[in-house]
Amino acid sequence: MKLSVWTYEGPPHVGAMRVVTAMRDVHFVLHAPQGDTYADLLFTMIERRAERPPVTYTTFQARDLGGDTASLFKRSALEAYERFQPKLMLVGASCTAELIQDDPAGLGLALGLPIPVVPVELSAYQRKENWGAGETLYRLVRACCSPEPVERPSGRGPTCNLLGPTALGFRHRDDVLEITRLLERLGVSINVVAPLGASPEDLARLPEADFNVMLYPEIAEPTVRWLAKAHGQPTVDAIPIGVSGTRDFVRQVAELAGTEPSLVQSILADAGRLPWYSRSVDSTYLTGKRVFVFGDATHAIAAARVATEELGFEVVGLGTYSREQARDVRKAAKALGLTALISDDHLEVEEAMEELRPELVLGTQMERHIAKRLGVPCAMISAPAHVHDYPARYSPQMGFEGANVLFDTWVHPLMMGLEEHLLGMFREDFEFVNGAAPSHLGGAPIAAPEPAAEAAPEAPAAAAPAPIIGELTWTAEATRELKKIPFFVRGRARRNTETFARERGLHPVTLETLYEAKAYFQGR
Amino acid sequence: MTLAADHRELPVLKERGQHEVFCGLTGIVWLHRKIQNAFFLVVGSRTCAHLIQSAAGVMIFAEPRFATAILEEKDLAGLADANEELDRVVSRLLARRPEIELLFLVGSCPSEVIKLDLSKTAERLSASHPGTRVLSYSGSGIETTFTQGEDACLAAMVRGATGAPTDANELCVVGALPDVVEDQFQRVFERLEIPVRFLPARRDAGATVAPGTRYLLAQPFLTETARALGERGATRIPAPFPFGVEGTRGWLSAGAAAFGVSDERVEAVVAPAEARARKALERMRERLGGKKIFFFPDSQLEVPLARFLHREVGMELTEVGTPYLHREHLDHELPMLPESVRLSEGQDVERQLDRLRADDPDLVVCGLGLANPLEAEGRRTKWSIELVFTPVHGYEQAADLAELFARPLVRAERLAV
Repeated sequence: MKLSVWTYEGPPHVGAMRVVTAMRDVHFVLHAPQGDTYADLLFTMIERRAERPPVTYTTFQARDLGGDTASLFKRSALEAYERFQPKLMLVGASCTAELIQDDPAGLGLALGLPIPVVPVELSAYQRKENWGAGETLYRLVRACCSPEPVERPSGRGPTCNLLGPTALGFRHRDDVLEITRLLERLGVSINVVAPLGASPEDLARLPEADFNVMLYPEIAEPTVRWLAKAHGQPTVDAIPIGVSGTRDFVRQVAELAGTEPSLVQSILADAGRLPWYSRSVDSTYLTGKRVFVFGDATHAIAAARVATEELGFEVVGLGTYSREQARDVRKAAKALGLTALISDDHLEVEEAMEELRPELVLGTQMERHIAKRLGVPCAMISAPAHVHDYPARYSPQMGFEGANVLFDTWVHPLMMGLEEHLLGMFREDFEFVNGAAPSHLGGAPIAAPEPAAEAAPEAPAAAAPAPIIGELTWTAEATRELKKIPFFVRGRARRNTETFARERGLHPVTLETLYEAKAYFQGR
Repeated sequence: MTLAADHRELPVLKERGQHEVFCGLTGIVWLHRKIQNAFFLVVGSRTCAHLIQSAAGVMIFAEPRFATAILEEKDLAGLADANEELDRVVSRLLARRPEIELLFLVGSCPSEVIKLDLSKTAERLSASHPGTRVLSYSGSGIETTFTQGEDACLAAMVRGATGAPTDANELCVVGALPDVVEDQFQRVFERLEIPVRFLPARRDAGATVAPGTRYLLAQPFLTETARALGERGATRIPAPFPFGVEGTRGWLSAGAAAFGVSDERVEAVVAPAEARARKALERMRERLGGKKIFFFPDSQLEVPLARFLHREVGMELTEVGTPYLHREHLDHELPMLPESVRLSEGQDVERQLDRLRADDPDLVVCGLGLANPLEAEGRRTKWSIELVFTPVHGYEQAADLAELFARPLVRAERLAV
């Protein structure tokens, strides 16, 4: 038994729902009690989908348990077929139905429906949402695709499949559009995008492509592996997130597609605005910003790379809740000299964030809330997401436009911090004092002045001796001086000074200590 | 408050198909805010944890007094194991949250199916953790629908109480109410000189309900709680539910009559609030009068709400669906519904959607799963979950309650795109 207040991933049947909801002409009959219908709202409220997920729940009750839940399942499946006329029916069980062992697979197949009935075993007590999505896509592909080698249509340019985007994915909708455009520039046409927007017939056509693009390994990996083995389709596994990630992706695609080198060069060179914006002098203050990264494995690894190589941040923590992909994250963390945090317990993540004191957090909606509590700016990089993370505007994470989006969304929270600092710096100025109205409004005093928000915690003014372990005390003079340091380096100055003071047993921190430490750390 | 002379029984369409409702675990979202010294530990699956976090939205980020003990493969292997695991989880939890005086072990679909006896576990844990009373109830979706979780919780509190008895001369108001509403009712009863207490209390002390206690139900979904109170020798004061001016007046008058307070006295006490509410409702009647409304089954509040919307703001009722129709508790409500209404109990969501499209109402009251798809069809909807999270009882909230239904219509009028 595991005590949980909040989970990064839902149960595996929610993953199955993400796949079928993304598709066309598929209906999912889920053996489940009525409470499980809450999952519809994930799609209709969080993602604002205009249609109900194509899911029929059997909604068995306690009184059915002694009787015949199996015939309830059959009735539900038949009625769903008649009403929705799908071209394929997926059948499965949620956690409770798994316990009553009605065998939806056998019951579904026994219905004799004139369409394929595909069972999926969801292992609710071992697995989670992403696994459920991956397994479901794999089962559907296996059911729709011939295992025999297929003749690829001749006389056409290179084609590929885009695999992995689902409903309720983090920016999947926009990523697909961005990557489709990029592939078109490379002269590659899309054979099938799956599961997003695909029908069972489309899945059957997957083997006709020359290669597969694995956009989201959490979901697409089992399918891609099978297609490689059964149909000899090579895989593009570079994740096109960030400028370098996208360039790697372009090179991989170009090699498989045999794209004209000069065309490839021009595409590689036209990498959007991130490289220049990052070199622009106003970005200098981004250098060495301490960043904590947490999300699904794919997005976390990519974010860590963009943060270090493309924005000049320092990644101080990297982790994921995806245990299935933990190995890759461990490797990426090791390359940065870190130990990866592999955990689906948000309290552990919170602890790590408290300890590392990052200046920016790149995470999921849970990290955003933790960051808010800690007063640290945060940008979202991964599911699970909130309704706000399904923006109305075009906002991909992938491709060169995605890199532009990353620059904006990660730097923006820090810029807001800079504005606050400038306000703070001039706080002593007569026009900025509390109670002064803005000068364009005549500068007359306004009522009810509120204490200005302090960027650094107020240190006690008294210089009473205290043990060196725990909170260090700062003299009033040193505190005042610290506040004069621009906020974007203030955190580091404070940390360095305190480290320096602790190591040398200097207490309290004085003006002298502050400058001693500054000299000591300069250039180190 | 007089009942319609004819005790006609409206026909009820009973349905058995796919339900599209929350399970009783959802009640934890408001119950844990209400009972401030209680913690709710769901013994269930990842689905249970996911449901509560999805229903609770951002509330989850405050330090919530609920959690899920997620059953894993190894817990399902043997029951002895599961009990030991539960002991371990509870000990850890209580060590971390020593302020918890009341712990609910909340059963779920999986725990019911594997027949985990949480009442026995609760007894054992109560004994091994002095200072914390441990009770159990089921919020499972195979037994409870949405608000029935609160019913099961309150029933467990009544049955599990072992503390000093309450005063039988106090009126007991039963059903979790937002604090602001509770305070308003408290003031009204004080002015009527009727001693009153509320179940659940903000801090539960485990008091035993004294035999002879008379109680008013503040919510229409408390079937099991009423039964438990009956077992303790308490009696229900039949009344309509305190929604709208008429319902609130009927409810207060019934309580007053039971305590020998004259209707003139009630009139004197509530007149200003009643006048205020009527005036505010006039404006709502302009917006809602003549508009057709359709209720999907959800909270069991549907019948009293339909009565209010029909009689006080002039809405036309098409279908009023409810997960469970308790005729006895609705004995003052049902006679006030128009004969033209289609009452339905239980659900077959697909057939109900067919009827909805045929009725083509101006407003649909439904759950979150259906709301946006119906909006996309060009229909106006009101999320039913808001009706259990928002203060809607009593005079001061009567117009707020109507406004919840008016807002989607007003919004639709404003939008030009």
